[in-house]
Amino acid sequence: MFTARKKGRLALGAVAVGAALALAGCASGDPLEPADSSAGGDGGSGAIVVGSQTYYSNEIIAEIYAQALENAGLEVERKFQIGQRDAYIPALEGGEVDVFPEYTGNLLQYFSPETTATLPDEVYAELQEAVPDGLTVLEQSPATDQDSYNVTRQFSEENGVTSLADLADVTVPLTLGGNAELEERPYGPSGLADVYGAEVAFSATGDTTVDALVEGTVNIANVYSADPRIASEDLVTLEDPEGLFLASNVVPIVSEDVAGDVEEVLNAVNAELTPEGLAALNALSVDEEQSSDKIATDWLTEKGLVD
Amino acid sequence: MTLVLDALAWLFSPERLTGSNAIPTRLLEHLFYTGISVLVAALIAIPVGYLIGHTGRGRELAVSISGAARALPSFGLLLVVVLLVGTTRAPLAAVVAFVLLAIPSVLAGAYSGIEAIDRRIIDAARAQGMTEWQILLRVEVPLGLPLLLGGLRNAALQVVSTVTLAAYIGLGGLGIYIFRAIPLRRYDEMLGSAILIVVLALVVDAVFALLQRLSVPRGITAGRATRTRGSTPGPRAPMGSPIAYK
Amino acid sequence: MTWVWDNLDLIGRLSLEHVRLSVPPIVLGLLIAVPIGWLAHRYRRARPAILTVIGLLYTIPSLALFVILPAVLGVGFLSEVNVTVALTIYAVAILVRSVADALGSVDAEVRQAATAIGYSGWSRFWVVELPLAGPVVLAGLRVAAVSTVSLVTVGIFVGVESLGYLFINGLQRRILAEVASGLVMTVVIALVIDLLLVLLGRALMPWTRVDSRRSRRRRPAAGVVSR
Repeated sequence: MFTARKKGRLALGAVAVGAALALAGCASGDPLEPADSSAGGDGGSGAIVVGSQTYYSNEIIAEIYAQALENAGLEVERKFQIGQRDAYIPALEGGEVDVFPEYTGNLLQYFSPETTATLPDEVYAELQEAVPDGLTVLEQSPATDQDSYNVTRQFSEENGVTSLADLADVTVPLTLGGNAELEERPYGPSGLADVYGAEVAFSATGDTTVDALVEGTVNIANVYSADPRIASEDLVTLEDPEGLFLASNVVPIVSEDVAGDVEEVLNAVNAELTPEGLAALNALSVDEEQSSDKIATDWLTEKGLVD
Repeated sequence: MTLVLDALAWLFSPERLTGSNAIPTRLLEHLFYTGISVLVAALIAIPVGYLIGHTGRGRELAVSISGAARALPSFGLLLVVVLLVGTTRAPLAAVVAFVLLAIPSVLAGAYSGIEAIDRRIIDAARAQGMTEWQILLRVEVPLGLPLLLGGLRNAALQVVSTVTLAAYIGLGGLGIYIFRAIPLRRYDEMLGSAILIVVLALVVDAVFALLQRLSVPRGITAGRATRTRGSTPGPRAPMGSPIAYK
Repeated sequence: MTWVWDNLDLIGRLSLEHVRLSVPPIVLGLLIAVPIGWLAHRYRRARPAILTVIGLLYTIPSLALFVILPAVLGVGFLSEVNVTVALTIYAVAILVRSVADALGSVDAEVRQAATAIGYSGWSRFWVVELPLAGPVVLAGLRVAAVSTVSLVTVGIFVGVESLGYLFINGLQRRILAEVASGLVMTVVIALVIDLLLVLLGRALMPWTRVDSRRSRRRRPAAGVVSR
């Protein structure tokens, strides 16, 4: 009898462990599963897999692509929030993701770190060459989301600065804020000095860069051009006449297997997406706290891109 | 292996001593945030912990608070406080978050240090006519010091770990190298700075371990309390087991 | 709060993912810690060395360990394996001491009695010592589990999605409710797993129930004595 009871106890333990493992097993079928663990969903058969970065604005574009493709009668699977290029470019090459919204300049920098191209068409042409076999980029959108240097309205007026070229004449000490890696980028402090003769100190302000600018901890801030806070905080984006920054237009990178199926739909979407339009979509996400799902549906309907 | 050599080459390059990202500057920032946060946490938690330990009141509450605090993801707590206090005051907000994260460990160290004292020692002190203040200051505080230092040790390690993550919101510290190396895909910098952070944590740990050893009053080393408050004789939860942090 | 209502499915998906990432390190940590803890218990001289070295692993800050492991393991630095291995290491660091202390807490007379009725060293360990050590091991396991659930969030910095996603995304969009729901759900998952472990412990070790009831009755009495 004692043994029987003990066996029951062991059985209960086994069931509990089994349940835990089963739970873990079930969850691994989750759509959020990083791309590397699912066996390739190659184009041709099955759904088109649309991916996105861990960046809310990128997710909105991905959702727009996904809904537009669905509207065109294609089956779509979403693999959003795949993190950084190191994670998803191999997934694209391996055929686990088919469509990914990207940015021309940043993507070119990934494939050819030493590139010197900066103007939109130059960057796009070089990117088409740099994309690995099996992948291709569709037409670039007029919408951009690229690095830009911004100052407050007050700073701009007091120092007469509207362009990066004006910075060399500013007498107050300049401090540039941005993500930590900006200090090492070609368009960071060293680029400002080489191209525009402006000497700036650097402060790694990360995701709080705009706040640091408004507060006055830094007086120049690197903000993505589609950031809605450029408008809401009344910032002045400094012009870049010498092309310090790589142009970074929105562009889909797609697997060649599905390029023919998605090209027409995505090119139509990209043509409608403008720099101001992208900033407005981002504002809906940040200010109205809308989900990317709703933002995408509303936008596509408004533009007449879905029936 | 070459990766490790590259990392060491990065770490020991003379360039690490110059510029705005010089290692000494970032190390001092890291230590500054750690030191000030543990200090503030100690000023708050030690008196409360002693009160709980001396009176035995509020113990259950303190235990459940320290228990629940373990479950708090430190980076999430940091961001919630930053968003509440305002991103313009991120350094202040960060210190508040670090203090909140450090308090449970210090609190646990303070009250468990007193609680672990053999009740017979306290009763003997009381029988000698000591006042409650005298018991606290002359008996409980010295005898509880090793465990208090253990609590401070856990708190300091917790904060060292979280300050690393705080570089993400522009707070400086040694984490900045990791956060900029990831998008730049510089593995030597990523690994080299990670090694540096580990060394810092080990040094902090070693300093507190030494203090803990020195703080044990002479003649007490051998004896282990058998009659304490709060735990019935029998198997006790291991005192020295690390309190979860990070 | 509207953000929470509009994004319940996202929170749900990320929570499931979070659980999926949390369970393997807890289970693996226990499986690895039992033999190491037994070694520390069995070989008294090696005990301080084993416990010190293993304990030091826990002092390593998580982000640092996440980026050191790829070099050690030879896998990509965004691979989920790094996070699983790192969290397993932390679980082992917590549990080895618990296991060693737990085995040490088994009454020597019980051990001798078991030998006397004819248990060999091997079967004595499984049938007598380990079950009696159970409650203390369970205490350590609960600490390890809660710590693991909380640390999974840091994986977001090395491309491993969990509730930590809500921290980064919520910060980018300045949505406090989003960051807060990540925080709350992490704590909820930790507490649920903790509760499941307690229930599992009661089911596997019914004698502890009797024990806790008795000690609860004893506690007020102890308080009276000491006052």
